[in-house]
Amino acid sequence: MFAGLRKWWRSLSGQGEEPPRPPGDARLSAPEKHMIDLDMEPDDPFMAHLLEAQGVVEIGGLNLKSAALEKLRAEGVKVVVPLISQGELIGTLNLGSRRSEQEYSSDDHRLLASLATQAAPALRVAQLARQQQAEARERERIEQELRVARVIQETLLPKELPVLAGWKLQTHWRPAREVSGDFYDFISFPDGKLGLVIADVTDKGVPAAMVMATTRSILRTAAEQHQAPGEVLSRANSLLCPSMPLNMFVTVTYALLDPANGSLRYANAGHPAMLLRTAGEVVELRARGMPLGLFEEMEYEEKHAALAPGDFLLMYSDGLIEAHGPDGSMFGTERLKQKLGEPVQNERLVQSLLDDLSGFTGDGWEQEDDVTLVTLEHEDDGQDQAGEILGEFSLPSRPGNEREAMRLVEGMIAGLGFGLERVEKIKTAVAEATMNAMEHGNQYREGLPAHIRVRARPHELVIEIVDFGGGKEIPEAEHPDLEAKLAGLQSPRGWGLFLIRSMVDDLRTYSDSVHHTIELVFKR
Amino acid sequence: MTDEIFEARLRTKDGQAVIDLIGEINGQAERGLMDVYHSAERLNPGAVILNFSQVSYINSTGIALIVNLLARAMKSRLELRVYGLSPHYSEIFQITRLTDYLKVFPDEPSAVTNRP
Repeated sequence: MFAGLRKWWRSLSGQGEEPPRPPGDARLSAPEKHMIDLDMEPDDPFMAHLLEAQGVVEIGGLNLKSAALEKLRAEGVKVVVPLISQGELIGTLNLGSRRSEQEYSSDDHRLLASLATQAAPALRVAQLARQQQAEARERERIEQELRVARVIQETLLPKELPVLAGWKLQTHWRPAREVSGDFYDFISFPDGKLGLVIADVTDKGVPAAMVMATTRSILRTAAEQHQAPGEVLSRANSLLCPSMPLNMFVTVTYALLDPANGSLRYANAGHPAMLLRTAGEVVELRARGMPLGLFEEMEYEEKHAALAPGDFLLMYSDGLIEAHGPDGSMFGTERLKQKLGEPVQNERLVQSLLDDLSGFTGDGWEQEDDVTLVTLEHEDDGQDQAGEILGEFSLPSRPGNEREAMRLVEGMIAGLGFGLERVEKIKTAVAEATMNAMEHGNQYREGLPAHIRVRARPHELVIEIVDFGGGKEIPEAEHPDLEAKLAGLQSPRGWGLFLIRSMVDDLRTYSDSVHHTIELVFKR
Repeated sequence: MTDEIFEARLRTKDGQAVIDLIGEINGQAERGLMDVYHSAERLNPGAVILNFSQVSYINSTGIALIVNLLARAMKSRLELRVYGLSPHYSEIFQITRLTDYLKVFPDEPSAVTNRP
């Protein structure tokens, strides 16, 4: 509060009448007015005196040990009128001697006190307006810098993902408001190999974005000169070190994939270790190495992993694992590993992770850092895709026939070892999906049957339900909002898809010009 | 395949209205359920208790019927209690958050006395 006062303290000083002065006196000459630049310390006793006085103060007879008082006297001030707004001293009116050399009268005092009463709020308003203008200019400057940094960052991220037969790449980048230096990159080589980069520059804003741009270029250059990931990072570090600003560095994971055989060579410069989900476990792919830009002539350990069909690789930035929950705890690597180990289909994993992150951080989360994910999935080679067909049947589209679908499916899956509760979930999902097929896909026209096929794969049960709703836009289902339904703001119906999603481990939909297919997937 | 007949029967127990639900709760159950509920309201009971112990199937349209019933009960400030739900339908009541507004009891005596 007092800093504001110091900043704004500009005592208005003038003279009522010009006092007689000796020749050469450089003090005020009447009717001159000028500003006295006065900084009053909070513990200056003159400040307390002015606040208590609540009116005009003749300073000639004051006996206070006050630097401010001394300065005012030196400037020829005789009378000080405090300007007080909401109990706060925001300035003073300072007057010299009267021209007549008479003392200020009680009428003068009343007039000055009245003037101060009217001037104080106006001065306060002016002070606040100037303060707000200065703050607005500062905000605009920061916002402009953020926009520039964001544009740099977005420009550097790949516009398209590489397409590799048998492999699936996905990225997710959720920027924090304050731009940080996360980036990812893919480098395609003539021999078919693919370089994958994920990196995080310390610091934020334009400086981080500039270092990010430099690092990206240097990594690309180094990767074209050296194939071994350890050598790439070592070379990039040597190139970056001389120009790296003080207190900045870059963490990077660089991996080289051979899509032909699933071989993955990788090195790490202080970045969070990649996680590899295989059929049986989730492992951290660690490799030793210091962040880039800290010390010259560093060596980087190089490791190797083999990605089998079905394996799933996750590269991520610390914005994910260092996100804080409402209680201050961090999301953490262990939680991430645990989440990755859950029986969720690979294609749903990223969304599932993000849902989990949202649940962990809560609704009011102000994201502290970018959250960047790069995933690489070695798709199944198709040998097990078809699986064993346990049975298939068609039902006329007639209300109530979903129960027949439930009954028939229950019989088909009886030998698969699902427990009673899972069977109930499967039945509910089948009933709801069949109802949707008959009602929305086939408009309950009996000539258009719903077709149901039940397939057992080694790790999952897949139930396909096909209707004749292909070739048209399927409207996005409204998420049921119970409170809105109870208040009559939303139809009480609309639970079908919600129930299906709640019962299955995964849900896939396909359409062609004639048919619409929904696949209900249950992990075994 | 024809729908299994739905039936709702009203009785009173210690000042509460108990509605025994029998069969399947789907779109076909709407009329029967709402008629009996209106009769229950006219008894001016302390609470209306829905007995699900003889319900074999509830689909999403049936959930919508219960939401409708609940909205009506809330409007008239009448407490709705349920008992006799199978573990599967108990889970569905939780997933749909109906349990935020309905009191679920394991059996009739606890529902009537409002003591879980």
